[in-house]
Amino acid sequence: MTRAEIVDWAAEVADDLEFGAARAWLAEEPGRKAAGHLPVYAPREVIRACGMLPVGVHGAGDRLEIIRGDAFYQSYICHLPRSVVELAESRRLAFLSAMLFPATCDVIRNLSGVWQLLYPQVYVRYLDLPQVADPGAGAAFWREELAVLVRALGELSGRPATDLALREAIAAGNEARGLVRRLYALRRDRPWSVPTEELVLLMRAGETVPLEVFAAKMRAYLAAAEAEPARVRDRARVLVVGAFCEQPPLGLVKTIERAGCFIVDDDFLLGNRLLGPDVPTEGDPLDALARAFVLHAKRTSTLYEPDPAGKRVAMRERAAAARADGIIFASASFCDPALLDRPMLRAGAEAAGIPCIAFQYAENTGQFQQFREQAGTFADSIKLWGGA
Amino acid sequence: MADDAEKDRSMLLQKEMIGAHYRRLELAPETREPVVYTFVPGNLTELIRSFGALPVLPEINALQSAMRGRSMPFIAAAEKAGHSEDVCSYVKCDVGMMKAGNIGPTGTRLPRPDLLLLSYTGCYTFMKWFELLREEYGCPTVFLQVPYQGDGVETREQRAFMVRQIRETLIPALEAVSGRRYDEDLLRENLARSAASEDDLVAVLQSAKGRPSPIDAYFGAVYYVGPIFSAFRGTPEGRAYYAELRREVEERAARGEGPATPAGRLDRQKHRLVVEGPPNWTHFREFWRMFADEGAVVVASTYSKVGGTYDFGFRHDPSDPLGSLADYCSGCYTNRSLPSRVAMIESYVREYGADGFLIHSVKSCNSFSAGQLTILRELERRTGAPGAFIESDLVDARYFSAANLKNRLESYFQMLDARRAGATA
Ligand code: SF4
Ligand code: SF4
Repeated sequence: MTRAEIVDWAAEVADDLEFGAARAWLAEEPGRKAAGHLPVYAPREVIRACGMLPVGVHGAGDRLEIIRGDAFYQSYICHLPRSVVELAESRRLAFLSAMLFPATCDVIRNLSGVWQLLYPQVYVRYLDLPQVADPGAGAAFWREELAVLVRALGELSGRPATDLALREAIAAGNEARGLVRRLYALRRDRPWSVPTEELVLLMRAGETVPLEVFAAKMRAYLAAAEAEPARVRDRARVLVVGAFCEQPPLGLVKTIERAGCFIVDDDFLLGNRLLGPDVPTEGDPLDALARAFVLHAKRTSTLYEPDPAGKRVAMRERAAAARADGIIFASASFCDPALLDRPMLRAGAEAAGIPCIAFQYAENTGQFQQFREQAGTFADSIKLWGGA
Repeated sequence: MADDAEKDRSMLLQKEMIGAHYRRLELAPETREPVVYTFVPGNLTELIRSFGALPVLPEINALQSAMRGRSMPFIAAAEKAGHSEDVCSYVKCDVGMMKAGNIGPTGTRLPRPDLLLLSYTGCYTFMKWFELLREEYGCPTVFLQVPYQGDGVETREQRAFMVRQIRETLIPALEAVSGRRYDEDLLRENLARSAASEDDLVAVLQSAKGRPSPIDAYFGAVYYVGPIFSAFRGTPEGRAYYAELRREVEERAARGEGPATPAGRLDRQKHRLVVEGPPNWTHFREFWRMFADEGAVVVASTYSKVGGTYDFGFRHDPSDPLGSLADYCSGCYTNRSLPSRVAMIESYVREYGADGFLIHSVKSCNSFSAGQLTILRELERRTGAPGAFIESDLVDARYFSAANLKNRLESYFQMLDARRAGATA
């Protein structure tokens, strides 16, 4: 498969609001089931170990007209829940036997209750992620939450997860995260070889297909991208921060890069790499998953920052690791986690002399002119003045 | 209202308590009484007080500032400093107040915190709010994760998790800032006073089942829950206040009188309503008047449960101090799932004989507001009672459109009239 063919495949899967790839997997064998989850992080290993297909539901972007969803949400609430409800009300999510709502913000938390009321036939669970980075109490709590999920999904699928199945799922998850890390590293080192729009499409497609399929496509893409002769270009290297939940339209990502920036690190679909190092495949698997989260989850706006200096140094460290010249704070409108965090993160970045700009989008934003101008001016200033 | 209010001894008591508390806070840097900032939902006042520490509740400061017309310059200052227009206005009001020298609503200076006790109960914004304050104050912060009742109940594991955190993290942090050892007997004494006050508060709130209702369970209840939601739960002053309040309300009920409102005493009550959502504070009296002028009394509200839900039986329990503190946190209104919230409002509509229910949705608060349109539909379906949906904000006056609200309310009340006429025709 050529690189272009992989990207076409990813675009087709990522854009498919009927979730054809997931439905095809379900149709392959009678009795198969799928479990959806909202952003940011869900323990997909547990879903897989129960024989189900994990399906990330990240909104409908700019590809769906909202007819019913607006009747569920006031104008001052972000766009994501209305497009998710629109997907559900139009029965596009009817193939999901379970729906998991991670502790991302109060909108997603309350959406779990909306689901309980609207779709009583679906297994609904609010995933109360541990906010305390305490390997004792925090990990014990999260382990128990995972155990409840294992039991519930096992009953639903008729295939209760064994320790062996959980270890296999952890190993598969490690492999997928390893591939994602490799792609991010390649883009960081040779951003001209990995346009972010392609990376985003691959990440999005990966949310709705079996891991084996995703891993195969990722390996092929990486091999092709690594082998391609480099056409080194000089652009401003930027971090894009804050787009961890409601995803920006692809047009916005393209606009940023075409305006003279290379995105060298970002928060898009952050859940797929939230756990840092590989999760151990020995010992009690739920314990391993719980400890991995409590001890190694990446810093993000949706989790409590226990380190008093954490917010101040976060951007400096990320910019240094990505060798970024500047930061674009891109948040979904009305996004509490991103917008409440921004003053702290930005102050830390600016104190470290890192130039920043900020804008807000909605997943269905269709006009990019203003972003083009902002990102273009930002890129020029970085190139001309070294970011000053 | 002012005249009537002056007659109520409980109001005077409350005013004195609050004034004395703010004065004590102002003197804290000299008296060296430790100061603990914490939030209303999930506040562990009995525990904090058992260490001789003084609680400060930033939401109360924000709403009091708004009631005194002082919130807008604070919000403007915070937005100028980079805070988004789209986030909770309580946070911006607080940040702006801090930047302007931390002069509290009563005009006295608020002390810096010795500890930020982040009881993470029912609201995501709390986490960011104290991260923001930590940047400014550089003081220790201690975190209590209160698991959300996603399945509508508090599980054994959730309870154990909270108790463990209180024991292993919170108590040592309070010992460190206060220099005192944990004294469980003292905590039990405080909890016993809390439970007795909670009995009185429930009696007051449930008096609204009577006709006429002797209280307004939304606007009026804001005053009734003030002490128990803030620094006074479990204190002797708090205890005295609730005993007095109950006596007054029972006397009023015996006389067949309605509550004092900005439009005078509301004895002739045309509409009995249940209200979901917090009030607007910038135009509190004007807003209340829109109801009172139409003869509408609120007989039950959910806002009066954000700092603790007592009317379904929970009481702080001196025989299980830490366990009952955990249960308390877990049961705060915004920590309950949407189906539980619907069930609660449904029971209010039925048990308090309400003619309808009203949702006041505030822009600031995703914890309350996200999902409220589903709550509206579900309640209409279950109760058959007509619902109304109105919108404004907490402490950001830009989102309070008096004309709009008045219009919406008037049509709603007309619709209730029409239904009543239809029913009796
Ligand atoms: S975009 Fe932000 S506010 Fe909206 S659901 Fe996602 S995290 Fe929550
Ligand atoms: S978001 Fe709501 S619950 Fe949270 S601090 Fe603001 S008003 Fe209070």
